[in-house]
Formats: sequence, structure tokens, C-alpha cells
Amino acid sequence: MTVSLTLDHITAHYGSTQVLEDLSLAIKAGELVSLLGSSGCGKTTTLRLVAGFLEPTSGTIQLGERDLTRLAAHKRDIGLVFQNYALFPHLSVRDNVAFGLKQRGLGGTERTAKANAMLERVGLSSFADRMPAALSGGQKQRVALARALVIEPPLLMFDEPLSNLDAKLRVDMRVEIRRLQRANGTTSLYVTHDQEEAFSISDRVAIMNAGRIMQLDRPEVLYQRPANSFVARFVGFENLIGMTVTARDGETVTAVTQAGATLKLSQSVFGAIPDRFVLAARPDGLAVSREGEGIPVTLGIRTYLGRAYQYQCTTPAGDYLGNGPLTELLDPGTAAVLTPVPEQCCILPSDA
Amino acid sequence: MRNTLHPALTITASIIFIILIAPLFIILGAAVSDTNYLTFPPQGFTMRWFSNIFEISAFRTTAITSLQIAFFGTFLALLIGIPAAYALNRFRIRLPSWLSNVFVLPILVPEIVLGFSLMKSVTIGLNLPVFTTLLLGHALLVLPYAVRVVGASLASFDFSIEEAAISLGCPPLKAFLTVVLPNISAGVIAAFILAFITSINDVSISLFLTGPGISTLPIQILAHMEQFFDPTIASVSVLLMLLTVGVMAIVEATLGLTFLTK
Repeated sequence: MTVSLTLDHITAHYGSTQVLEDLSLAIKAGELVSLLGSSGCGKTTTLRLVAGFLEPTSGTIQLGERDLTRLAAHKRDIGLVFQNYALFPHLSVRDNVAFGLKQRGLGGTERTAKANAMLERVGLSSFADRMPAALSGGQKQRVALARALVIEPPLLMFDEPLSNLDAKLRVDMRVEIRRLQRANGTTSLYVTHDQEEAFSISDRVAIMNAGRIMQLDRPEVLYQRPANSFVARFVGFENLIGMTVTARDGETVTAVTQAGATLKLSQSVFGAIPDRFVLAARPDGLAVSREGEGIPVTLGIRTYLGRAYQYQCTTPAGDYLGNGPLTELLDPGTAAVLTPVPEQCCILPSDA
Repeated sequence: MRNTLHPALTITASIIFIILIAPLFIILGAAVSDTNYLTFPPQGFTMRWFSNIFEISAFRTTAITSLQIAFFGTFLALLIGIPAAYALNRFRIRLPSWLSNVFVLPILVPEIVLGFSLMKSVTIGLNLPVFTTLLLGHALLVLPYAVRVVGASLASFDFSIEEAAISLGCPPLKAFLTVVLPNISAGVIAAFILAFITSINDVSISLFLTGPGISTLPIQILAHMEQFFDPTIASVSVLLMLLTVGVMAIVEATLGLTFLTK
């Protein structure tokens, strides 16, 4: 049975420091949602609140029909996978997996049978009698996964489960986690600071900053249509150009940068453009050429990317990164123009 | 690169070693001396001072008292010390930093002061039986070892293991007993041994807290020396040394001696 997880207007404090500010989050039944952000953004706090290791100052946590807000942690019935595996060092692999079943009062034979079956599923049958110390990092994390899954929890939570593994293993493990999560249809909350990991594994991703969710959406939407400057910068829109509209002519909007450069943008491409906005672009989205319509710049350092040349571009309003074609090699100090590639740019509300 | 020691270092180390070990051999010699007074080098050879220990009932009764006090006092100290060490480590961030130092105070305060103040407050103030007073005094004396040594193993303990147990449906107290305790057992054993030896050897606190009819072995040794000054004391000391060596041998065999100095 799959259930939804709902966090409603959660506020949390460490002492007098506010770490979560009016956070609301709804995870649909069977869905895997990631909390993504740098350290200190509140993602782990959120997970620990749901696990019951912390109590919110206000707000409610609901898992299906159950209210978890003030429920003791050991009664919540949540499968947890930790960053450092957190296996019981004094128990064998099988006993580690069977631990949760034992707490649920299952008899010895049934426990062993279920634990063995689960170890089979994660491909560790032959390691059942080993002690955790005799396993590699990847094997340990599989045991931790088996231990969390075997109790058939309505909610699975992952706290940076792959950050202690090497790059190759990380990719294998995230596919493994996704496979098992899909097979069981278990509602899941996944915490990570790794964007690629979050985007590859999740149905939806919540990008967090300073105790708030900045945007919660499908990875594709986050990547292509960030809703604000923070998310834009997070997903690689390195150029954020503040602009003001000076004229509107039907669908065509004329706007100027702080340095006075003029751009013509079409509302049929970008949608409604407010009077003050930020034009966000990855280096790919700003085409460097010697002449044409666009933002006049002075070129700085040139780097070779294989598919293009990347130029550091200086304007009185700030520095930008733009890409130029391989066919035209421009030297530092050259005057050039930056032209936004409409389908690769975003219009964001102005921060100020 | 030659890996040899400087001669001066070798000589200094040897001298220190001799200074540490020599008195123990002197005691051994004095214990078998066939004279009625303590002397070294021994004159003649006899084992009668060893058998004399068992003829003086005070040695037997005080030895039993000492063992009881050491065992139950250490047990009591661990009963308080383990939860204290747990709390100090688990909630380190939220607790003031001076709090852990409070538990070391019994080591820092001169034992003679501790003994006197315990006599004033517990023996006279609360008027408790002598045995109970001794027990409390020794528990207090060894509490720092319990907190410090158990705390050292908890400092390297990963508390997410405990959280894992709780998330799997294990109530907190049970999680402590079934998951935390087995993983710090080496620290608990080391704390027990250190505390036990400290308690068995204590003089200053016992001096103030012993009373009519109840005494500890070290106090009895002092009393015997004041009255007789015969080699019996040396032979008792040899037995105490053997007990310590025995305990250390067990520690070395099970945990390794370096464990105690960690």
C-alpha cells in the first residue's frame, strides 16, 4: 500500500536559530522526491523531522492517514538509509537485515527467510554471515538498503546515501535504488547535494536554500525553466542579466541592461515579460560574434570546450560567459557582441 | 638511516625503569626475609609471612570488604557514569563545554579533601552506615574513570547507528542496550578495570570513611605496619602486586594494554 507524505507549514529551530521557514511539501504516493541544496539549506533537517529525530516548532507532518508530527521516532515505520551506512557493527549482515523484523515480533525462522529473500534481491546472498566490517562501501550500502526495505515501510528516506562511494559505484547504486523503489512503489524522500544524482533519480526535485524550498518540479522543468535567480544559478545559468523594459510594440519588447545595451525580445517566445526582469542564460545561450545586434562586450580569456570556444566577456554592468563558434577564433581585447539564443534563455522576476 | 637510540637516551630510560621497578623487587625480597622486622636485603628465606597473612583475620575481612567496595562502588560509578558519558557525547553541541569537566573533579580535588568532606557530609551529616559511606566515597572516587573512559569510546561511536535502530522500530532505551552498549563494551570493561584497581588501592578516602569494625585492606596494612613493622606487610603487598599483574594480563590478552592509555 502506497501513501502520500505531506509536510504542512513546517517551521523548525535549533535553539533560537530558525532552520526551516514555513516549509510545505507534498509527496504523492509512490513518488520519489529529492531535496537538493548545499549544506545548511535545511534538507537534512527536513528529513530528520520526518524521521522523528527532531520536532518542528510548528506545522504538521502527515503520512497517509497518520499524523506523525508528535509521534515517537520508533513508531513511525519509516525505512531510513544513512550516508555512513549505519550498519550494526556487532551483528552479521543477515542479523542487520532482520533487526527491524525482530522489533516487529517476527519469529526466528520467518525473520531469517525474509532477510535471506531481501539479501537475494540486493545480490548479497553469499555475504549473509559476514560482519559489516568485512564488506566494501557499496556492499554496506546495499545491506543498509535491504535493512530499510525488508520492513516494507510506507515511506523510504535516504540521507546522502551515495556520497561516501566512488563515482562509478555511485551511478550503479542510484540505478539500483531507483529499481528497488520503483518495484515496491514506495513513497520516497531523498536528500542530496549532488544535482546530477537528484535529477537522475527523482520524479520531482525540491531545490532548497536557507530553510525554504525555492522550486519544486520535475528535473526537466528545473533544468530548462528555473523559476527564480537562485534556482537558475544552481542549475548552471551563469549569466543573470538585470534588464528594464523601455518600449513595447505588440509581441516585441525592447529592454536595456544597466550598462545601456539594448535587446529586443519576443513575448511569443518568452511569454509575458514584466517591466523589470532578469535574463538568465547558460554560456551556451549567449552567442559571441564579432558584430550584430546584442550586448556590446570586450572579450577576455578564451577557453576551448571541444564543441565551442568559451569567452569571458566584460561589460560596464558586469562580466558574462558566452560561447562562440569554432569557425571564428577571437582574441582577448576584441570588441564583440553577445546575442541571447531565445530558446536557451529564461526570463526571471527581478530579485530587487 | 640507522634506527638506533642515542646512548644517553638508553641510559636515562634504563635508570627510570630501574627506579620504577626496583622498589617492587625490594618488597619481594623483604617479604621472604626470615626476620621479625622489615629489612632488605633479606636475611634467610621463609614463606611464613605469607601464611601469617591468613592467620590474621583482619587481613581476610578487610580484603573481602575491599573487594566488595571496589566491585559495588565501580558498579555504581558505571551505573551513573555510562548514562552521563552518553549524554555528554550525544548532546555535546547543546551542552555547555564545562559540564564534562565537572565529572573529572574527583580526580582534581585532592583526595584528602574529598575524604574529609565526605566524612563531614555523609558520615556525620547523613549518619549513614560505614559500609554505605565507603561505597559512596569509592563510587565518587572512580566516577571520573567511568565517565572518561566510556566517554572516549562514545566519542568515536557513530550515533546514526542508534538512530537506525530507532527507525527500525526499536524504542530508545532498548536501542541503547542492544545497539550502543555492545559497541562500547570494550570501553566499559576498561573503565571497570581502571576503576576497580583505583578503588582497591585507595588509602586517602578510606582513611576518613572507615569506622568501627569495617576497614579496607590498605588501611589494615597501614594499621599493621604501625603496630608490628614485620614482613607480613611486604607479603601482602606482593599478593596485591600479583593481583594487579593478573588483571593487567587479562586486559592485555583481551583488549591490549594500549586500550587503557588511549
